[in-house]
Amino acid sequence: MSQLIYPLRGGVHPPENKQQSLQSPLRRLAIPRELVFPLAQHIGAPAKAVVEIGDRVLAGQMIAEPNGPFSAAIHASTSGTVSAIEARPIPHASGLWGDCIVVAADGKDESIDFEGCENPFGLDHEALIEKIRHAGIAGMGGAGFPSAVKLNPPPNSNIDTLIINGTECEPYITADDVLMQERSEDIIRGCTLLAHILNSPDRILIGVEDNKPKAIAALEQSLLKLAAEDLPGIDRVQVVSFPTKYPSGGEKQLIQILTGKEVPSGGLPAHIGIVVQNVGTTVAIWEAIKHGKPLIERITTVVGESLKEQGNAIVKLGSPSQFVLEQFGFQEKSCARLIAGGPMMGFSLPDSRAPIVKTSNCLLVPSHQEMPDPAPAQACIRCGHCAQACPAGLLPQQLYWYAQAKEHDRLLAHNLMDCIECGACSFVCPSSIPLVQYYRASKGEIRQAEIEKEKSDRSRQRFEFRQKRIERAEAEKEAKRLARKKAAEAAKAKAAANAGTAKTAPAADPVAAAMARVQAQQSDPAEQLAKLERAVNNARNRLNSAEEKWQQAEGDQKAKLESRFKQAQLRLQDAESKLHDFKQQSAGENPATSNPATTNPASAKPTAPLNIDSDDPIERAKAKAQQRLSMSPLEKAENNLSSLNDRLKKAQEKAGEADDDKRAAMEAAVEKLKQKKAALEKEIDELKAQAPLKENTATAESPIDPDSIEDPIERAKAKAMQRLNMSPAEKLQNSLQALQTRLAKAEEKAATADEDKRPAMQAAVEKLQEKIKTVEQEIAEFKAQQEPAKPAESTNESSGVPLDAASAAIEKAKAKAAAQAQMSDSEKHAAQIESLQQRIQKAQQRLDKAIEEGNDNVDAFRLGLEKLQAKLKELESE
Amino acid sequence: MSFLRASSPHAHAANNTANVMQTVLLATLPGLLALTVFFGPGSIINILLALVFCLAGEALVLRLRKRPLGFYLRDYSAAVTAVLLGLALPPYCPWWVVLVASVSAIVIAKQLYGGMGYNPFNPAMVGYVVVLISFPLQMSQWPSPAPLLESLPSISASLSQVFTGQGLDAYTSATALDIVKQNNSQLISQVYADSDLIRSGSLAGAGWEWVNLGFLMGGLYLLYKKVFTWHAPVAMLASLSLFALLGYDSGSSQSGGSLSLHLFSGATMLGAFFIITDPVSSAVSNKGRLIFGAAVGALVYLIRVLGNYPDAVAFAVLLMNFAAPFIDYYTVPRSYGHAKPRKATEKQEP
Ligand code: SF4
Ligand code: SF4
Repeated sequence: MSQLIYPLRGGVHPPENKQQSLQSPLRRLAIPRELVFPLAQHIGAPAKAVVEIGDRVLAGQMIAEPNGPFSAAIHASTSGTVSAIEARPIPHASGLWGDCIVVAADGKDESIDFEGCENPFGLDHEALIEKIRHAGIAGMGGAGFPSAVKLNPPPNSNIDTLIINGTECEPYITADDVLMQERSEDIIRGCTLLAHILNSPDRILIGVEDNKPKAIAALEQSLLKLAAEDLPGIDRVQVVSFPTKYPSGGEKQLIQILTGKEVPSGGLPAHIGIVVQNVGTTVAIWEAIKHGKPLIERITTVVGESLKEQGNAIVKLGSPSQFVLEQFGFQEKSCARLIAGGPMMGFSLPDSRAPIVKTSNCLLVPSHQEMPDPAPAQACIRCGHCAQACPAGLLPQQLYWYAQAKEHDRLLAHNLMDCIECGACSFVCPSSIPLVQYYRASKGEIRQAEIEKEKSDRSRQRFEFRQKRIERAEAEKEAKRLARKKAAEAAKAKAAANAGTAKTAPAADPVAAAMARVQAQQSDPAEQLAKLERAVNNARNRLNSAEEKWQQAEGDQKAKLESRFKQAQLRLQDAESKLHDFKQQSAGENPATSNPATTNPASAKPTAPLNIDSDDPIERAKAKAQQRLSMSPLEKAENNLSSLNDRLKKAQEKAGEADDDKRAAMEAAVEKLKQKKAALEKEIDELKAQAPLKENTATAESPIDPDSIEDPIERAKAKAMQRLNMSPAEKLQNSLQALQTRLAKAEEKAATADEDKRPAMQAAVEKLQEKIKTVEQEIAEFKAQQEPAKPAESTNESSGVPLDAASAAIEKAKAKAAAQAQMSDSEKHAAQIESLQQRIQKAQQRLDKAIEEGNDNVDAFRLGLEKLQAKLKELESE
Repeated sequence: MSFLRASSPHAHAANNTANVMQTVLLATLPGLLALTVFFGPGSIINILLALVFCLAGEALVLRLRKRPLGFYLRDYSAAVTAVLLGLALPPYCPWWVVLVASVSAIVIAKQLYGGMGYNPFNPAMVGYVVVLISFPLQMSQWPSPAPLLESLPSISASLSQVFTGQGLDAYTSATALDIVKQNNSQLISQVYADSDLIRSGSLAGAGWEWVNLGFLMGGLYLLYKKVFTWHAPVAMLASLSLFALLGYDSGSSQSGGSLSLHLFSGATMLGAFFIITDPVSSAVSNKGRLIFGAAVGALVYLIRVLGNYPDAVAFAVLLMNFAAPFIDYYTVPRSYGHAKPRKATEKQEP
């Protein structure tokens, strides 16, 4: 049966120039001293080097492994030592250098043992694909598409035709022609094997242009001969010849010629049930599977008038072009350009050191007469010759026009992206316009523009999000501002009402505003909630990624990653429990704030000596702040401790259940938990120890003795109140105390720590000491500042001979408490009022003075005064 | 050593724009020969004058535009315009008619639009139409063909006619298209029988049929040389024939003239093979050229029969030059791998 041929649209008939390289027989080239293996010889991800400098490699040994599924392995083509892994000139249209493995050949050409396969047809699809992948086979016709990918078409495509491409339509090149003559049997065997891999398509067509009669004859002979052998599917193999015309060897064009079908724009041949493989690739695949020989050499045509001889040679991949050319008597001076590939689609190489790679079907070194420099381009006369020649049915003259004008929309409408860059249009153009160059540039620009558009779309989105967020924040701020204003007005009104006491009434506004601001910030539960939620999310993400990594890891890495994973888990739990706590807390808090009327009056009194009045936002905010503060560190720590206990228990259980290799990690986690627990317990102890001390200090200032309050929560609240009321000096004192305890602890630790940790500990101790010094200094400064402002207090303090500020405060508080204890309630009350009035006076003086001096602390003083006044008012009202 | 870096393809067909233009010039020879044989040296004088004016005009503008003279003059495009203009103008028309036509063609229609490749209108036809409208008297004086004369004008008499307006006596006569146009009472067969001109020819009047045959031959040569594709000329001749057949109504006094008259008189063949095949100002795709040619053919017939001018190729071509970009938008060919052709203006495939 004879196969129908469909006509090719367009096309040209450039001079064939195939005879030159067919004069001399195929020969095998020597081994160069140095071979260069680019990591990117194929379409897709560059391979990953698996050898290191200095390694000895053998022919056929894999030196770079495929990096992902869309990649191909690379093998050494002779024995030697890896001398470098670095950037070298590679045969690529860009002329750029690329990473290469350089092997210094030792001339012995020792090879690994190739592992053949008796009956390749007995292997299944996956095994065969894997073998092809590891043999590093990529399309040898020019594009270098990884064959394993091509032979593994999308699962839904039903491959009914396998086409073996022996067209070789480019002028000058005869590598495939020679291959078909020399290896016709392997081609037939190879294509039946390919058919086997592709699940036996109905037709196996070997397409050859009719200018290769010898090749066609050889193929047909082998087909007859092998028909006797038991090759599955050989009855479906046909050799089809068709008229010579460039570019009938293009994959899409060949499909059109042999099947009449067109590959849909942007699609793959597999989409219409067709797979195309080059003859060279077919032989390579056969060798790889039958004999276990990876792709380490190929037939290359070496041709051009600047050579003494021209012909075809079996070249070891990695041989530098210069070396190959020299074997054919290269006369560099007469060479017009060095072309990798044919004259129509090959690219010029600026550097003759670039090696032969899997796709190198030809090295063309024409003389100046043979290939003169391109003529200067003239204007397009729109003769339309290009459109007649275009095999893709495009209008090259229009594309050229729009490419010049950079009209991307028009270029796309004229299907620029379907241009196969065959060069037929440029070939015929009477104005010598380098059309293809324009198309390549435009394609690049369009792709770039697409990428950029995507990017800008994304950033626009981001910008819009941000804008919205800012707007929201702005709105919130505005609301707060309004609230503040209202508060200020309220305060003013109040001040007006209390005109007698409030000499500083006008000054009250900013103070009130500042307070409100601070408190609003501190107490915005929504913000806190968001923060906590974010923390939980982060922890969860980290946990996920840790888990992923852990599951992927192997060997001893695994244990390490596992403990990391466990840590992430713990952290997540921690964050979650915090969030949970907060939610509970705010749930308890909400009714109090939203509806103060429902608050327990008993608790309202101590917590809110500052008048809680639902109409006044400041007061409300203050109340909230107090409630939030009401959870003392001690309580928090206790909370933590209990959650830790839970976790510890769970972890121990898990560790018990876990099998051996996991146990280590589990136990580490348990250990860590235990440590944490110990630290927490210690902290709690310390807190407890500190608490009475603080409470004592607090009595000095507080109108209510916190110790007298039974309820621990109430007590804590009261404590918080006291802290709120502390003067800066007192705060400093407090922090000094805390620092001192920390120092003591640190010193203790440093003493008990083992050798290697000691320096770190000591450093910590030193740091603490330094801090203490600075705090002490601050206190001293502060006192010096305060001295003139509050002589009464200072005398009081100096008379007490306090060695340390804390004990002085305790003394004072004790004295006061003792005095108070003897008073009746009403007396107490009166005393309190009196003392408050005194303090107010003092504060007023201080403030006046500060204002006079322009002191920075005016605001703080004013704040204090405000507070005192409020307190007084409250007391009086009682 | 670093080698020349060049973009593929590295090979180039052995043709260039100058070759194309030279081939076109060569192809005008049979027509010119017929013109000279039947109407004397007038066309040759026209061509020589047009060449001088056109090349001078081109050189002048190139100098003003600071372009390399030699590079652009050597593409022969100005020469082709000059020759086509010389062939189209009536022989023995005054030299200044040639001058005005040449300047309009080269300076205005071609260079002011950006030079070769950028002109939306066919330069020769612009030049022709400018003088046709400006100097209707001079443009309507076609000489009588040789069979109706005792002798062809001599070169010296011709030159003095061209440069001084004197030298030839009563050398003009109506063309076949004029005769049919002016007829409104006789049957076409009677008109043909009464006219010396048409009687002494076998297709469309003495001399004219040979001139047209000459251009047809040249055109076929160009087709053979693949200088242009068959689409536009064939479409034009086909549509002109169709209209002529439909309008002939077996030769009543209202009829538009016979098929052979329309195909072989006036500028039909010159237009079909040398004017509408000007690639620059016509449509680009094959389908577009079919439409373009067919429309020109239809317009030629309609203007000849219904319009004021006896011949209409120039007008028809210029009108369709206007329409060419529009045709292009809707005739983008179907590309490989696409189910349907796209429109030039659409951004996304449907
Ligand atoms: S072949 Fe060249 S001159 Fe002719 S239309 Fe195409 S681009 Fe223009
Ligand atoms: S290079 Fe592109 S536009 Fe030119 S002929 Fe080939 S496919 Fe057509």
